[in-house]
Amino acid sequence: MSYATRQAIPGGTWSVDKIHSTVGFAVPYMAGTFQGTFSDFDARLSEGGLRGTAEVASVEVKDPNLAAHLQSPDFFDAERFPQLGFEAREITRSGDELTAQGELTLKGHTEQVEIRGHINDPTPDPYGGERLGLQLEARVDRTRFGLNWNNPLPSGDPALSNEVTIVVDLQLVREI
Amino acid sequence: MRVLGISGSLRRDSHNTKLLGAAGEIVDRHGGRFEVIEGLKAIPPYDEDDDVGSGPAPVVALREAIAGADAVLFATPEYNSSIPGVLKNAIDWASRPFATNPLRNKPVAVIGASMGMFGAVWAQAELRKVLGTTGARVAETELAVGHAQERLDDAGHPIDPVEGEALHDSVAMLLAELQPLELAA
Repeated sequence: MSYATRQAIPGGTWSVDKIHSTVGFAVPYMAGTFQGTFSDFDARLSEGGLRGTAEVASVEVKDPNLAAHLQSPDFFDAERFPQLGFEAREITRSGDELTAQGELTLKGHTEQVEIRGHINDPTPDPYGGERLGLQLEARVDRTRFGLNWNNPLPSGDPALSNEVTIVVDLQLVREI
Repeated sequence: MRVLGISGSLRRDSHNTKLLGAAGEIVDRHGGRFEVIEGLKAIPPYDEDDDVGSGPAPVVALREAIAGADAVLFATPEYNSSIPGVLKNAIDWASRPFATNPLRNKPVAVIGASMGMFGAVWAQAELRKVLGTTGARVAETELAVGHAQERLDDAGHPIDPVEGEALHDSVAMLLAELQPLELAA
């Protein structure tokens, strides 16, 4: 076994630096990719497991009417399901690459997801603390969570893909 | 529990308006209060230039009626395989401003009748899509009464017990959408 494969997820508890972290999604739409983020979220790495939440009402896209549509029952249904959650346990590390089995809870549905990602090992920051980075992705079928909206293109093909990539880029600070 | 009825037909003896009345009796039996809004004919064609302040009086009445209802039941005929223009126009007015419109998160259901054999099924599908886009909470139900001139009595009750049961189920599904909200309140 190489040294790299023996590296572990750092122990202790690490809380998210929200300013320097992003929780978002990307989904193929027509000829490109539509992306959005959640401005209000939380995440914590503790004893090798990662847990997080995001407030659906904080979804940010480039058009306020679209943001309103995303919060409606057609999509996230923020009124009834104001928060989405994710959890990754048993994170496996090989070098700096990560894989984990996780759970994503969205619109009242919890589904198993496979998470892949990358870790930036702990490093001292200028403020006397220590921080690490996690970049994680999970691909999910949005229709499994009841997000079924679509519209056909003139070709008859659907405008919006069912496959959504959840993109999480976290900078985490060691709790003292 | 207040349920607003909106008919997509202006015709005096409209089968859809009568069907809505029969649905209203079911709401009443469930302890609710049902009211059909009239006056869609007075709503002007949507023009953003006119959508200033609180808007034209018939629009104010429509928006206030929707805002004051706990749920809305639509009954629509089908014109050229789609929604009657007067109904679409009313929804277009009601859906502005989009982010705060009174249909947003409002439980709604769609039923329909036609004198042809299909019972306005395509208009209903399009209406559900439109309502979903406004942000409404669209109940997963459908009632398509074809040959309405033969299948509804003079008061709009389905003559066929199976269709009568289906009407009851559609109303019950709409009212069921209210339960989680009431429990959460």
